[in-house]
Amino acid sequence: MIEIKNLHATVDGKEILKGVDLTIRPGEVHAIMGPNGAGKSTMSYVLAGRDGYEVTEGSVTYYGKDLLALEPEERAAEGVFLAFQYPVEIPGVANTTFLKTAANAIRKHRGEKELDAMQFLKLLREKTKALNMTDDMLKRAVNVGFSGGEKKRNETLQMAVLEPKFAILDETDSGLDIDALKIVAEGVNALRSPERSMLVITHYQRLLDYIVPDYVHVLSAGRIVKSGGKELALELEKNGYRDFGASEAA
Amino acid sequence: MAAQPETVEQVRAVTEQKYKYGFTTDIESDVAPKGLNEDIVRFISAKKNEPEWLLDWRLKAFRVWQTMEEPQWAAVSFPPIDYQDAHYYAAPKKKDGPKSLDEVDPELLATYAKLGIPLREQEILAGVEGSEGKSPAIAVDAVFDSVSVATTFKAKLEEMGIIFCAISEAVQKHPDLVKKYLGSVVPYTDNFYATLNCAVFTDGSFVYIPKGVRCPMELSTYFRINQANTGQFERTLIIADAGSYVSYLEGCTAPQRDENQLHAAVVELVAMDDATIKYSTVQNWYPGNAEGVGGIYNFVTKRGACRGRNSKISWTQVETGSAITWKYPSCILQGDNSVGEFYSVAITNNFQQADTGTKMIHIGKNTRSTIVSKGISAGKAQQTYRGLVKILPKAEGARNHTQCDSLLIGDQCGAHTVPYIESRNRSARVEHEATTAKISEDQLFYCRQRGIAEEDAVSLIVNGFCKEVLKELPMEFAVEAQKLVGISLEGSVG
Repeated sequence: MIEIKNLHATVDGKEILKGVDLTIRPGEVHAIMGPNGAGKSTMSYVLAGRDGYEVTEGSVTYYGKDLLALEPEERAAEGVFLAFQYPVEIPGVANTTFLKTAANAIRKHRGEKELDAMQFLKLLREKTKALNMTDDMLKRAVNVGFSGGEKKRNETLQMAVLEPKFAILDETDSGLDIDALKIVAEGVNALRSPERSMLVITHYQRLLDYIVPDYVHVLSAGRIVKSGGKELALELEKNGYRDFGASEAA
Repeated sequence: MAAQPETVEQVRAVTEQKYKYGFTTDIESDVAPKGLNEDIVRFISAKKNEPEWLLDWRLKAFRVWQTMEEPQWAAVSFPPIDYQDAHYYAAPKKKDGPKSLDEVDPELLATYAKLGIPLREQEILAGVEGSEGKSPAIAVDAVFDSVSVATTFKAKLEEMGIIFCAISEAVQKHPDLVKKYLGSVVPYTDNFYATLNCAVFTDGSFVYIPKGVRCPMELSTYFRINQANTGQFERTLIIADAGSYVSYLEGCTAPQRDENQLHAAVVELVAMDDATIKYSTVQNWYPGNAEGVGGIYNFVTKRGACRGRNSKISWTQVETGSAITWKYPSCILQGDNSVGEFYSVAITNNFQQADTGTKMIHIGKNTRSTIVSKGISAGKAQQTYRGLVKILPKAEGARNHTQCDSLLIGDQCGAHTVPYIESRNRSARVEHEATTAKISEDQLFYCRQRGIAEEDAVSLIVNGFCKEVLKELPMEFAVEAQKLVGISLEGSVG
């Protein structure tokens, strides 16, 4: 279980999160919606532990542990996964090498035996099939020259390989056409399980047609201002975020 | 066969350790008195039982050296070297040179075992039962301080007419070849450090590949400086006769010492018609400590002559060690259609300084050269790529492509690129590309979010940056090189 309590965070001295409360139980999918500048991406970075995102107040308890006390790689090893809005390119590092390095780092942390090249390749083949990814994409350097859709599929593949307990999907729909969106959403849905919880961050309701959440929260000006079931997303689609105090220009 | 950089497990296995070759071996040595004069030159020559012509050559070099000054143009700085305050000869004590590995001091063999050098492969050489059927991959010549102590697989190579031995042995057994080629690529008047080497070189490797022979294994030399206050001046000479092929590897380590030690080697390569020489170096001399105390001064002259048509010389270097590196492996592309290549990774951390690059001299028609240089600088290190591409008037249709990429880690290091291009032929085409980048915080966070610890992430990113060069290394060295990349950047972040 993940319990976020009264979370305040600043970036460059400016307070972005102003007291977020959220509880996510195993297996649940929560969506966070909100206007630009509401603090959605800040929330994902704070949970993942990025430098420069300073927590000034509040706590995040992750399966009994103080998540905020852990280094980013320790959080990853504990099962926190962030699917990036803008996946990063790493020239010269083959996608397979990257994934294997990550998978084995996490396995090592968990006290599991590291996979050798053959075992890993087998695992990877299984996971790629489901995502309609080609071998070519595995051989290419991490995200280098990937289209928007390929990058997001690659994020989903990483999630499938690393099998997190808590996945944060940051604007996974941005830059995707409808076909690419469907493929990614199918990949994500295939990973839904009673043990795995997800936090889906999105500006638009469109993604939630495909990844149907259990709960929807509206984040505005650094606070969750409304929570509800999946129907809340439809309401937002119709009325926009104006009711929640966001200016259109934001 | 080129290796795919499969880095991180190996890197992780070794990243905890600092310079792991920093031990010394307690071995009785035969050491010349400190200082440098004609008597020392005669002493070395006499120790080696050299013929008159070689002594004369050394003395000529020494006299020229006395009139020379250290080059000042490199972007490196260090206190003046007192050339009289070093030993110019140190050899493991032995009555005569070892005839076989069994005669080699077990302490020495233990040292090489610690370094991971497979000298004991002589069991296969000796035809020990059960060793058949598994063809050996590397023949090794081991040079300890100044003396070649053991060469493996000699007999097997001899069957094919390949000569692979210590250069001091070649002087005795193949004087005609040595006399013909020694100094023919790097003359004794060449430059301060090379000329010094001519006067006082003590040993090194000699390779001759006869016409049409493809050397069936990697030839390798491991250099080790052990003795304190000793310079190492080895000399390597490789001749690939018409239509032959050889791949040669060179590795270097030294103990950790507080004083600086001078290493001034000379390597000469000669490739005849249709011959190919591939020369790979993994240089890991002691770089000094994190405060910049101690370390090797690596002032090396390496040059290859593509004498024949369609000949090819390819240099690949991974330079991670040494306090100061001053090194420009070069190709003289004399034969028509000859090819020169230079692939380099240089990593400097802490207070290391490196001024390295290459020279490609295009003389023949349709000569081609490729330069790929990857420089990584971290800590307070300074690094310069310095390269010359020179197209002479007769080099019709000559081509060069140069790519220089620098990667900076942190904000206290420096990377500089100094390309010199001189073209005297209108049909020639010379291209130069250069980039400078920093490891981005985005990349590090992305890796760490996937569970990869920060230092491993740096190693992964840097290995990716160097991939084009690392893939040129023979498999046996690629893994070691990747580990080194990780080790040498330890502590560069965070």
